[in-house]
Amino acid sequence: MIVLLALAGGLGAAARYVVDAAVVRRLPTSVPVGTAVVNVTACLLLGALTGWTLRGSGPDALHAVLGVGFLGGYSTFSTASVEAARLLLVGRGRAAVIHAVMMLLACLAAAVAGLALTGP
Amino acid sequence: MDADAVPGPAAPVTTTPPADAPVVPPLPAALLVAAGGTVGVLARALLGQAVATAPDGWPWVTLGINVAGSCALGVLLAVLQRGPDVGRRRAVRLAVGTGVLGGFTTYSTFALDVVGLVEGGRVAAGVAYALVSVTAGVGAAVVGLVLGARVRRPGAVARAGGAA
Repeated sequence: MIVLLALAGGLGAAARYVVDAAVVRRLPTSVPVGTAVVNVTACLLLGALTGWTLRGSGPDALHAVLGVGFLGGYSTFSTASVEAARLLLVGRGRAAVIHAVMMLLACLAAAVAGLALTGP
Repeated sequence: MDADAVPGPAAPVTTTPPADAPVVPPLPAALLVAAGGTVGVLARALLGQAVATAPDGWPWVTLGINVAGSCALGVLLAVLQRGPDVGRRRAVRLAVGTGVLGGFTTYSTFALDVVGLVEGGRVAAGVAYALVSVTAGVGAAVVGLVLGARVRRPGAVARAGGAA
């Protein structure tokens, strides 16, 4: 099980790289948005997967492999932190705070929306 | 500002590929990220199994992983940006930075943990967990970036100024 979970995580990380590259290419802004798109979609999908599992439809093993593995590998906390930290270190404190707060609020909203979509 | 101590504005902002990257990144790059991501996710899963979190308690394991991973990524990227993002340096960034550390840390599990605390009636704990995680994560990344920028390459001290 843990091997499957880890392999799913590797696929998730590769998916993050591909999605991030596509977003950066289409939206070349001074504030990094690729990680935000990745994390918000990850939270929406994990919310939906968790709601589905809570309703009794989804097996726990699938939740572990897709939720902890794939979506855990797809989403990233460290890159989000470094993006905000770098904005802070180059004197863009306001942008850093907005980046971190918007990422948090958007991800929480996406998780709630995902749960509501499929939950009991 | 001491460019040797603090990453400058011209430095790459993220582990994100450059804006002129092809729409479909080259396969070897994605494979490097996938290989690293497998290791990072495996490490997080094993830590989660080894350290039990009380059902009604804070998700300490995820918090610790996310903060430690943020600091480690800061150190790594600051060290790597001492040279052009090509060759072995780029491979390390993709495999270890985007792959291992990106996969090791998780925003989705963190967000669902926050929602779980709030929906379970522990609103104050949920809000506190969210704020502590984000603040500590960014703080750890700042520390990592500054520490990484101070790491000297072998022989760098011998050169005038030692700046990369």
